[in-house]
Amino acid sequence: MSDIRELYQEVILHHSKSPRNFGSLDDANRHAEGHNPLCGDQLTLGLIVEDGTVREVRFQGEGCAISTASASVMTDLVRGKSEQEVRALSDAFLELITGDAEPDLDALGKLAVFAGAREFPVRVKCATLAWRTLEAALQNDGQAVTTE
Amino acid sequence: MKTETRTSSSFDVEKIRLDFPALHQEVHGKPLVYLDNAATSQKPRAVIDAITHFYERDCANVHRGVHTLSMRATESYEGAREKLKRFLNASSRKEIVFLRGTTEALNLVAQSWARPRLKPGDEIVLSRLEHHSNIVPWQILCEQTGAVLKVVPLNEHGEFELEAYRELLGERTRLVSVAHVSNALGSILPLEQIVADAHRVGAKVAVDGAQAVPHGPVDVQALDVDFYCISSHKMYGPTGIGCLYAKQELLEAMPPYQGGGDMIASVRFEGTTYNELPYKFEAGTPNIAGVIGFGAAVDYLASIDFAAAIEHENSLLEHATDLVGSLPGVRILGTAEHKVSVLSWVMQSAHPHDVGTILDQEGIAVRTGHHCAQPVMERFGVPATVRASFGIYNTHGELEALARGLEQVRKVFS
Repeated sequence: MSDIRELYQEVILHHSKSPRNFGSLDDANRHAEGHNPLCGDQLTLGLIVEDGTVREVRFQGEGCAISTASASVMTDLVRGKSEQEVRALSDAFLELITGDAEPDLDALGKLAVFAGAREFPVRVKCATLAWRTLEAALQNDGQAVTTE
Repeated sequence: MKTETRTSSSFDVEKIRLDFPALHQEVHGKPLVYLDNAATSQKPRAVIDAITHFYERDCANVHRGVHTLSMRATESYEGAREKLKRFLNASSRKEIVFLRGTTEALNLVAQSWARPRLKPGDEIVLSRLEHHSNIVPWQILCEQTGAVLKVVPLNEHGEFELEAYRELLGERTRLVSVAHVSNALGSILPLEQIVADAHRVGAKVAVDGAQAVPHGPVDVQALDVDFYCISSHKMYGPTGIGCLYAKQELLEAMPPYQGGGDMIASVRFEGTTYNELPYKFEAGTPNIAGVIGFGAAVDYLASIDFAAAIEHENSLLEHATDLVGSLPGVRILGTAEHKVSVLSWVMQSAHPHDVGTILDQEGIAVRTGHHCAQPVMERFGVPATVRASFGIYNTHGELEALARGLEQVRKVFS
């Protein structure tokens, strides 16, 4: 059970049950869709970006606890940040989940709760789906991203 | 594939378990509970030994060489064809074509039988419960020929709607291609009626039998199917091998699927003469070890009391349905009157993927996801399910472990 609690920390369970920033964003000027074909997770992200800053962000979709919580925490964190700051955060998160190096948990702040996913390789895609989708939305190339 | 659930006293599951080395291990410190048999089954020692024996003693190419090893390899390879012929009750060994599996067999039927024959507007009838491997080859074929797909709906139990099927059949129907058993829900389709109705309008019938053959005897002549496709690895044999059964007159009229060695009688630049059946469809050096292992799996099933094993599976299904179905917040998908030992469900408290991860920590292997059957998921309005599928070696004790694992899920997500 200890490993399972590492993965399903209270913060993650809380965000998965009551996700923040969940819904559509009518006047969004950046969009992207993400899919995880392996498990059928699907995520739509809408952002309002003005003067290089993320003013508003919302997500919709269907996914497991890890992917839902990841999207919820992410949307909370990136609001008000510059695109540059968002990219740095995204890089740090992906490094936390997929990298070999010991993560700098202090720099990651709230995101550190996802460190448990490192021990569950098949769940890495769940944790990263929202962030990959965010990258696509900021590039705004209109292409759906998939974790495959 | 009968649905009676009485447990036979002649069936000793503990004895069966001794035949399967992979079952005797721990996962995350817990005894492995392997409930993912519809994805692939574990392999008995006899199958593993047959493959090892081939590589250690008889390894040579088949249908060539006059030397002893090649003769031994050919004998084992063709011996397996004879076993498959008997297993499916084909009328001739020429009707058994070894291929990579059910997927390749369905693709062969699409490209070699259907493609030269179908005209724009011709119709292919599928059902909503098909695995993607019995959908996508036909979509590709429709793009190539202008044929169109018609889809038979499912009722709320996940059963094939026979009446709707009959209405879809017509003078443009050229082929009906359906699963014998649904991989996602376990429903058994009424093949006898499906075949009789299709033949009445002059259509041929192809069957994805991958999920049926592990759960009961199949007689292709009694069913009167035109094509029947199976995979070895779902019936306790090795991966990467399967076969296509097709009526001889159909195979004879079909062009080869692939060109290469072994499928020819003579090759000249002026023209090539194809080999006789079934070799016309077996281009290149085949998966010899796989075929031999496949044959050993057929022998294994013949060596046990298969009827008693299926009764045992059915009793497991009934028990599991009670255990899982009685948990709060559980919705079972696929409640067909006739089904094999496959149980699919969703839980209110947790997404299937999370259920799968927590069960894995308890040593329990289940499948989570859309099971390569997204139209089925859509029918029931879910993106994914948890699926436990039972084989001849599973025990009632393992079902209790599953129930405890699901209790754990509820605790984590409470």
